[in-house]
Amino acid sequence: MTGANGHKDPWYPSWAVRPQYDLESEKYLKIWQGPQHPGVTGNMALELTVEGDIVVDCKVHVGYLHRGFEKLMERRKYMNCFPIVCRICVPEPDFNEYLFAAAAEELDGIEIPERAKWIRALTLELARIASLTMGLGGQAGSFGLGTIGQWCLVHRDYVLDLFEELSGHRIYHMYILPGGVRHDLTPGFAEKTEAVLRKIEKLMDDVQKVLFDNAVIIARTNGLGVIQNDWIDPFGIVGTNARCAGGTRDVRKDYPYLVYDRLDFDVITGSRPDVYGRSLLRRDEILMACDLVRQILKNMPEGPVRTKLPNPLHWKIPAGETYIRAESGRGEMGYFMASDGSEFPRRIHVRGPSYTHAMALFEEMIRGISIADVAGLMTSLQTCPPEIER
Amino acid sequence: MEKTLKILKERFEGMDPLVRRGDLSFISVPKSRAVEAVMWMRDHGGFTHLVMVSCVDRIEDGVFELVYLLNNPGERIDIGICVEISRDGAVMESMHHLWAGVKVYQREMREMFGIDFPGSPGVEEPMILEGWDDIPPMRRDFDTLEYVERTYYPREGRSTSDPATEMEERSYPLDAGVKRGIKDLARSGYSETEKDRE
Repeated sequence: MTGANGHKDPWYPSWAVRPQYDLESEKYLKIWQGPQHPGVTGNMALELTVEGDIVVDCKVHVGYLHRGFEKLMERRKYMNCFPIVCRICVPEPDFNEYLFAAAAEELDGIEIPERAKWIRALTLELARIASLTMGLGGQAGSFGLGTIGQWCLVHRDYVLDLFEELSGHRIYHMYILPGGVRHDLTPGFAEKTEAVLRKIEKLMDDVQKVLFDNAVIIARTNGLGVIQNDWIDPFGIVGTNARCAGGTRDVRKDYPYLVYDRLDFDVITGSRPDVYGRSLLRRDEILMACDLVRQILKNMPEGPVRTKLPNPLHWKIPAGETYIRAESGRGEMGYFMASDGSEFPRRIHVRGPSYTHAMALFEEMIRGISIADVAGLMTSLQTCPPEIER
Repeated sequence: MEKTLKILKERFEGMDPLVRRGDLSFISVPKSRAVEAVMWMRDHGGFTHLVMVSCVDRIEDGVFELVYLLNNPGERIDIGICVEISRDGAVMESMHHLWAGVKVYQREMREMFGIDFPGSPGVEEPMILEGWDDIPPMRRDFDTLEYVERTYYPREGRSTSDPATEMEERSYPLDAGVKRGIKDLARSGYSETEKDRE
């Protein structure tokens, strides 16, 4: 069944029918991309059925990175869960820390100090810069421009230096805790941050020249991996992937959390729903995050950064259920937390932004593209396997 | 929000809703009315975005609680539809025809909780736990500690270079010997259990 503008109607359950290809006919070939492959994001495997070099079918296999985080958390007290939650997503651990802390605080009715909210927003924006910068580098690398990947990784490391100064850790920070943040900003942190932001902005200028003005990249990404506007809801598409396809949702604006209602920013939407447009939008998101970091550092009030909690090792949270969401670099990330009134969470469900992107959407979008473009398409969807197999 | 909750309560036999925040509520509906309630919310209530599908194992009540969290982007509100199904022979009607992403959630829940969704595409295929032959691991009666001890801890041939263990061996050899003895006992106990199983 086709929709009004000629493409497949996404509300019609065509995804329920997987086409069958006769491999014995020697017309089709089945090849595996992953789980160990530079062209897949993380540990995933793609079972591709190809006709020539065109992909006609794909089956995504996950499970290579399953560590059972959600189950492990059910055996741990709330505070003991923190070394686990940040490991759910390597590029963006801070969003997991914030969401877990905010869910526990909401169920227990804990108010955090004003300054802690600003510092939390600061770390989330810095995490967004680090994540999107790495993602942009990965996107360039997937089309053969490895040098840009190196530039981006170096600049991500500058942001990680800031995190190291702030929390003592580079990747998994465990800085956001229930009741606020672990401790206040270090002396001179604002100046060091400003220096890093300038480097990032300079990098974006260079990336514009080498990546976005590159004739080969334009030719390869133009029209690749187009997301139709009416796919957004059926496939649960969020974040930059949706905002390039005409969506306007941004959790920071729609459901303001922390201090985002006091920051001056507009939701950025892309004009092109293909791989090129999504990369361009992420570049703009990085620049906007730099601006937000400056606003936060300028307007941050003085005061305490942590509320005193009950004894964390005997912390019982009243029974109830809640869902907390935030706009991560890759879209809406959420935590569903159910408490039974004990010291242990009854259920934690992590709603990662790439959960449906990587499985349902990717399997649908990959049909008809060249094998050489699979890596680029996958990177452009910003899939993250640990979110699928929490 | 109130209007939608009222309709869910009156038309779909919903229970009293639990209002968590101004923009988030949870309401329980019977299993037999769940699909039509969710479909009504999608088509007539403006809840076009499925945020997630989750499951809570209420083992003390003998039920699984499925949570379909729906978002209304226009009004910026969320309602969680909670459906209780029996833990014994857990089966739920599939909703894969409503959102493309649901089939992935259903496949995961079949594997992790053992809930069947007949008709859901690919639901019987293993997703994460290829070759798993124990009870579904996200059920509350699956004991992770027991599983880890059975699978890893008493296994023969594992050595450690953990500094804490090393220093314990050197500084408190007697205590360390007793611990080793307990481990050996546990190991022999497990191997006997395995023989019994065979």
